[in-house]
Amino acid sequence: MCLAVPVRVTEILPEGMARAELDGVCMTIGVMMIENIAVGDYVVQHVGYAIARLDPDEARRTLELIRGASTKYDGTAT
Amino acid sequence: MKHVDDYRDGDLARSLARLIADTVLPGRSYAFMEFCGGHTHAISRYGVEDLLPASIRLIHGPGCPVCVLPVGRLAAAIDLARMQPVTLCVYGDLMRVPTARGQSLLTAKADGADVRMVYSPLDAARVAEQNPARETVFFAIGFETTAPATAQTILYAARKGLGNFSVICNHVLTPPAIDAIMATSTDGGPPGLDGFLGPAHVATVTGITPFQSVAARHSKPVVIAGFEPLDVLQAILMLTHQINDGRAVVENQYRRAVTASGNRLAQEATAKVFALRERFDWRGLGVVANGALRLNENYDRFDAEKRFALSTPTMSDNPACACADVLRGARKPAECRLFGTVCTPETPIGSCMVSSEGACAAHWTYGRFRDPADRPRLEPAGAA
Ligand code: SF4
Repeated sequence: MCLAVPVRVTEILPEGMARAELDGVCMTIGVMMIENIAVGDYVVQHVGYAIARLDPDEARRTLELIRGASTKYDGTAT
Repeated sequence: MKHVDDYRDGDLARSLARLIADTVLPGRSYAFMEFCGGHTHAISRYGVEDLLPASIRLIHGPGCPVCVLPVGRLAAAIDLARMQPVTLCVYGDLMRVPTARGQSLLTAKADGADVRMVYSPLDAARVAEQNPARETVFFAIGFETTAPATAQTILYAARKGLGNFSVICNHVLTPPAIDAIMATSTDGGPPGLDGFLGPAHVATVTGITPFQSVAARHSKPVVIAGFEPLDVLQAILMLTHQINDGRAVVENQYRRAVTASGNRLAQEATAKVFALRERFDWRGLGVVANGALRLNENYDRFDAEKRFALSTPTMSDNPACACADVLRGARKPAECRLFGTVCTPETPIGSCMVSSEGACAAHWTYGRFRDPADRPRLEPAGAA
């Protein structure tokens, strides 16, 4: 039940709610705990509420770090 | 899935595992506890342990809210649903958790009690809205991750003036749980424990600050780790480096969602509605001081424990079930003699076999056909 998944906000609704989408599945979630929420933002959704915003720059940096650290083994990974 | 699939790349996972194998010091062993059931699930599902060098041991932690719920709390809710004209709303994972009397929410429902599965606490508030003549009770469980959602729902109920909605609050907190684990053994926690994979979704809410004092108190490194296999592997690499360097600090692997100070609005909602519970009995860890939340006095009217004068019976688990040890990292699921014989996900004896985040369920689903002794391992460079 601790499942929390990244979803994309597609429409801002009244009363702190929003429509969001994950792989074509749409849902209505509470976004009142995310400051300055905007359409197109990715948020971590948990039991019907967004609890965090996903930072695309940090996501890219993490992947670059992993890829960079792994290049040493490119082509040699078994 | 964006922000998910990238972190499941098999080639990168193998490369990271090679890097870990190169980083471990020959002759040294490492034991890391993954706090969260979400980590346990990912580690089992993606076979992360199979990629790691033999000198790294992963220990399952207590971070599965279904698993740590003391059975008496559930029994009280089942009694309420059976005896009173209420609609009890629960997360689906709880339905099959057995109580000491052999009952579960599922058997109560089969006997006619009005028990409903909800995905969100807001769904429970909506049930109350749609049935104004009937009491609706939401059974709230979860860590700091989930408490803000319950808080927002109570604030919603207050705004809407819902007089027939209340909550049985079982929210628990992670730093006191880590402290309790470290206190379980005289030599400071599970034998040989070197560090923690810290809870990522909890930290999106709390930030990393609360874990800094945890790391300092116990001189153990904590790396806040995401839940995809590459996240877990990168975090293990970071922990390994800290151990090799003799450091014990908090590092944040899950930077894409976790900031130093966390989610201020979520913290405010939690603080507005809840107060610390002085004593809460965790399954596996026993009574933990200030390790759980209750509704504070301003929201008394939404507190089902007060509204229905609920008391929590003290109940022991099935004596043959090793859940309590499994939750403390003292025993592995396969070391329980009921594992896979009497106890399976179809006929769970303990809570660890019910939730997909439970260590026993994860091992049953993904790990039981592996013989650890035969596993191919990546060895550190230079090792014999
Ligand atoms: S296998 Fe079943 S009985 Fe044994 S510890 Fe796990 S949940 Fe309890």
